[in-house]
Formats: sequence, structure tokens, C-alpha cells
Amino acid sequence: MIGKRESRRLAALLIPGTLFLGIFFMGPLAVMIVFSFLEPGLYGGVEWNFYHLNYGRILGWADAEWEKFDPVYAEIFFRSVRLALTNVAITLLICYPAALWVSGLTTRWRTIVVFLITLPFFVSLVVRLFCWVLILRPSGFLNSTLLGLGLISEPIDIIYTETAVLIGMAYILLPFMFLPLYASIEKLDHSLVEASSDLGASPYQTFLRVILPMTLPGIAAGAVLVFIPSLGNFIVPDLLGGAKVLMIGNLVEQQFLSARNWPFGSALSVMIMLVMLLLIIFFLRRIGRSEIVK
Amino acid sequence: MIEEALDYIAEVKDAVKRFLAPEGGAITALDGISLEIQQSQFVTLLGPSGCGKTTLLRAISGFEELDSGEVRIGGELVTGVPPYRRPVNTVFQNYALFPHLSVSGNIGYGLEVAGVPRKERDRRVGEALERVGLAGFDLRKPAQLSGGQQQRVALARAIINQPKLLLLDEPLSALDRNLRQSMQLELKSLQHDLGICFLFVTHDQEEALTMSDQVIVLNQGQIEQIGPPEAHYHQPATRFVAEFIGDGTLFSGEIQNTIENPILVTKDGLSIAVGVGPKVGDKATLIIRPEQLNIAPENPDDSMVILDAVLEQSVFQGATRRYVCQLANGTSISAAPTESGDQAFSRVKPGEPVRLAYRRSAPHVIIET
Repeated sequence: MIGKRESRRLAALLIPGTLFLGIFFMGPLAVMIVFSFLEPGLYGGVEWNFYHLNYGRILGWADAEWEKFDPVYAEIFFRSVRLALTNVAITLLICYPAALWVSGLTTRWRTIVVFLITLPFFVSLVVRLFCWVLILRPSGFLNSTLLGLGLISEPIDIIYTETAVLIGMAYILLPFMFLPLYASIEKLDHSLVEASSDLGASPYQTFLRVILPMTLPGIAAGAVLVFIPSLGNFIVPDLLGGAKVLMIGNLVEQQFLSARNWPFGSALSVMIMLVMLLLIIFFLRRIGRSEIVK
Repeated sequence: MIEEALDYIAEVKDAVKRFLAPEGGAITALDGISLEIQQSQFVTLLGPSGCGKTTLLRAISGFEELDSGEVRIGGELVTGVPPYRRPVNTVFQNYALFPHLSVSGNIGYGLEVAGVPRKERDRRVGEALERVGLAGFDLRKPAQLSGGQQQRVALARAIINQPKLLLLDEPLSALDRNLRQSMQLELKSLQHDLGICFLFVTHDQEEALTMSDQVIVLNQGQIEQIGPPEAHYHQPATRFVAEFIGDGTLFSGEIQNTIENPILVTKDGLSIAVGVGPKVGDKATLIIRPEQLNIAPENPDDSMVILDAVLEQSVFQGATRRYVCQLANGTSISAAPTESGDQAFSRVKPGEPVRLAYRRSAPHVIIET
């Protein structure tokens, strides 16, 4: 048991973190929420009047001259959620078998492989994405290879499509799926796998009934860690999606930097946060419940 | 059916298994083991850690492939057959219960993966729960059970598929002494009721003697002795078995003849009379068990052998007292006399001389070839 004195002393350890997040995270968050209910100023900035049409523009009740409702915002929203979920699925399908394989290696090789997986973090994200531009563009590595091999007769359009955005996002977020998955698969007690096999379960049944449910927490953690940055991402669609595949992150960026409409940008950001929060609560509760039911 | 009853339930022939040691070189876990296991018996594989008993068990369950040799279960060769297709089930040392499944989910697992319909499954799970005394625990998770209860769930889970052979890998080692002893008796009666053959691995000789019909003593990948527990205790085949099973003092030496009886002369010059059997010139080991020793009567008859010793200490052990004595050459020897003998001992104080006696024919002599 930790005494009262002791727990107070331990709580003191939280002071730096609390101060930092309070000033640099909760503060701006509060400013953003307040701004999202204010009127945009004519030349940027805000007018201090209550104004709900920022949300109206997104959700469909705006009629003012400046703040017209446009279904394109909702469309971008849904596209972003769809791409983020697809990205979760892609990274999961790539990382799960890989993590299973790595967990079967010797300790020495496991350390090496995990190091290799974190290696891309040593290089700037923008540089790495520009490499993908070079690979995917019509005269790029992919097309010239396929053309050279005679597999295609004219360059295929990959860059500035959703496919390119998905490739890029899966690429940059793979480690965020791999590491939590690997951590939970490595923890899995191998004798449970043997017990399942001993009781007559085929490898496939063992995977579905033992390995998968036991590693569900890793899947959940990986999914959340990939979903959140995918939904808000604006660099990947900017570089690989061009103007065609606009995501919600690009929209927010445009509103703040180009259109200088801070209240509308804030409203969009608040919407992203709400959607994320709802989806994650729903998702985690589903997983929590399925574990109890089983 | 009659033919099958005559066959062995499991046979192992010339099993060899080597592992690569982490520091290089090979460890021979199984060094040419052959054995047969008969129907509905309680068989124990007994040996110190690293003797190969767990490897042998895993070769039968299919988790280890032999380097050479073969395993037959129910007369069929199982080389290359994966564990999930072998008609054996295992109770694991750490129980290996599925933490995400309830007690009935764990017990019914084997039936579920085999596609047994829900109704029959529920009925058989209920029966199994009843049998191991866990009725009413079906919805609990393994984490909510005590060690003994987890043990019972593991047992119920392993017998529900009605295996031809049940393998138990030191399942009682994590339990405390009292629980372990009551589980030993329960396992024994469960085996009797089910009529399934149990192959039980342990390093605990007491466990092996209590439960088994047959005990197989393994050492360094080889079989030392196969037989009923009484034989291991009273007629150990090798020095290793004599030391591993039961207490006792061992005297090794050469048999020399005298006028009447053969005499065993040890290296340090001690001469002890032995019973009939060994021939002159044999290298032999004599095992004197504590309960064979008493205080010499006033007028010992011809069948008694007398050893002069000094009492060192007496140790209370509950049912009996153990008297640790020292022979003239420094060898320590223990006596655990029965009630009447105990009274004679109690008159001797530590440090005083004592004359120990045993019947010449009682101790077993191992003749080394």
C-alpha cells in the first residue's frame, strides 16, 4: 500500500507533464473550440460574435452570403474516414503475418528486425514521400520497370490517385501497426498454442480461436495508432494525391493558411475530433465486450 | 476389439533425440529408448530434470519429432502425424488454460473444434465438470480459480476427448504438499474409473510410488528400470535407481568368500555379510534401507548382521523417528525403526555407541556386470 504522503510525492512527478500539456495542448484546444463558434473576420482573424454557420457550412444549414453549405465538405469527410479505415485494414494485413514471423525468430534476429522497422524514422518524412513521387509518377521507377518488362504498353496512372495516397499512408504508418502487434504476439504464451493443437485444433482453428483473440489488444492499439494519424493526415494527400484526392487534413490546412478563415478551420478540426472520439469509443467498447462474451 | 485389447496402447522403439546446446555441441535427450505401455495402466516416467522424460512425452504427443526411432499409438505409426491428429491429450505443467475462455469454454474446446453439436457438448462438459468436482464453476474465468481448481479444469479438458492415452507433464508440481497428496489419490481413482491409460511425468519419487502401476526410471536419456513401484524400491536394478528411489545407505565393493556367507568388502576396508546370491569376485552394491535397521538384540541369531556405530542425532519425522548413526569408517547410516525398535533406540543418547542389526537376507544386492 502506498501511503498518503507517498502518493502525494508521486503525484508531484506529474507536474511537468501536466503543465506542458495544460499550456500547449489544452489551451490551444480551448481556443480552437471557442473560435469555431465565432464569426470570421473579413481579412482573417475573428469577430467576437457568436456564429453557428461554420458548422452549418459542413452540416447543411448555412444560407448566408459568404458561408454557403456545400456537400463537398461532407464528401471529403467521408472520404477521409474511408481512406483511414482502409489504411488500418491494409497495415493490419501486412503487419500481422510479419509480426507472427518475427516473434518466431531468435532473440538476436528479433532485435535486428525491430530495429530495421524503426529505421525509416531516421529519415525525414517529406524526403521519404518525395521518393514515392519519383517511384509512382508516369516516368517513374514503377512505370519504367513495367514498360521495360513489356507488361504494360503505356504508363499507368497511379500518382495523384487514391491508390497513391493509400500506398503512402500505409508506408508511413506501418511501424505504428507493427510495434503494438508484435508486442502482443510476442507476449503470447506458446503453451496455449500447443494446448490448442493437443486438443485437436488445426493450425487454422488455433489461429482463429486462440492466437487472434489473445492478440486483440495489440490489434486494437495498432488500429487506433494508425487510424488517428491517417484521418488527420495532410502531407501524404498533398504530395501523392495532388489536388484530386483532398482529405480533411488538407481542407483544414487550406482554411488556416490560404483562405485565412480560422473559425471555419476550427469547426472542421472540432468535427474531426468528434468523429475520431466516437469511432474509437465505439471500437474499443466492441473489443472490450467481445472479450467478456467469449 | 479383443485384438486391440491385447495390443499395447503405445510403443516407443529405439527413440533418439538430440538438441543443439546453446553453447554448441549436442545434448542427447533420448538415447535409444524402447518401451511399451499396456492398456488402462497408470505409468510414470520418473527421473531427475534433464533426463529426457519430458522430451519422451512430447515425442508421443507430437510436439517433438524423433531423430530416429518410432512411436506407435494404438498400433499405428505416428511419425509425421501432427499433434492435433494424434489420439492423445496432455495436461500441461502450467495447465495452459485459455485465459479468454470460461471454464466450460476451456473444457469444451476439444469438442468444439471437433464440431460436436452444442447440446451434446454442454452435456459432456457438465459431466466432466461433475467428475472433477467443479460443478457450478462453468462460467468462471481461469484467473478466478485457485491452483487446484485450475488443475482440475486442465484435467477435465484433457479427458473430454476420450484419448487413448492421457499424458500428464508434472501437473502437480505447482501445488502445495497437502493438495498434491490428495490430487495424487484423485488422479489414481480417476484413472481407475476412466480406464484410460495415464502416462505421468514426474521427478518426485514419492509421487511415482504412490500412483503408478508401472514406473519407468529414466536417466541421461536411457531407461534404468521398468517395473511396478515395489520392484524399484525393493529390487533396484542399478545404483542410480537405488539412490533415486527411497532412502538408504549404499555400500559398493567386491564379494569375497569366507567359510559361511559371502562378504562384501568395500574400498575403505569395511566388511559386510550379504545374503545368498552374489558369487565370489562379483562387483556388487548393497542397499540398506532405514526401516531394515534395528538395535541388535542381546543374543542375535545367525540370520542377523551386526554393525557397530555411534548415534549422531535423532530426528523427529512424525510417524517415525530417524536415527542418524556413523559407522567406524565414517559412513553415515540412518535407521527408522518401527515402534518397538524405537523404544530401544530412545535409550541411547547422541554420542553413545550403538549396535545396529538387520536380517542378512533383507537388503537388496545389485550385481554389476
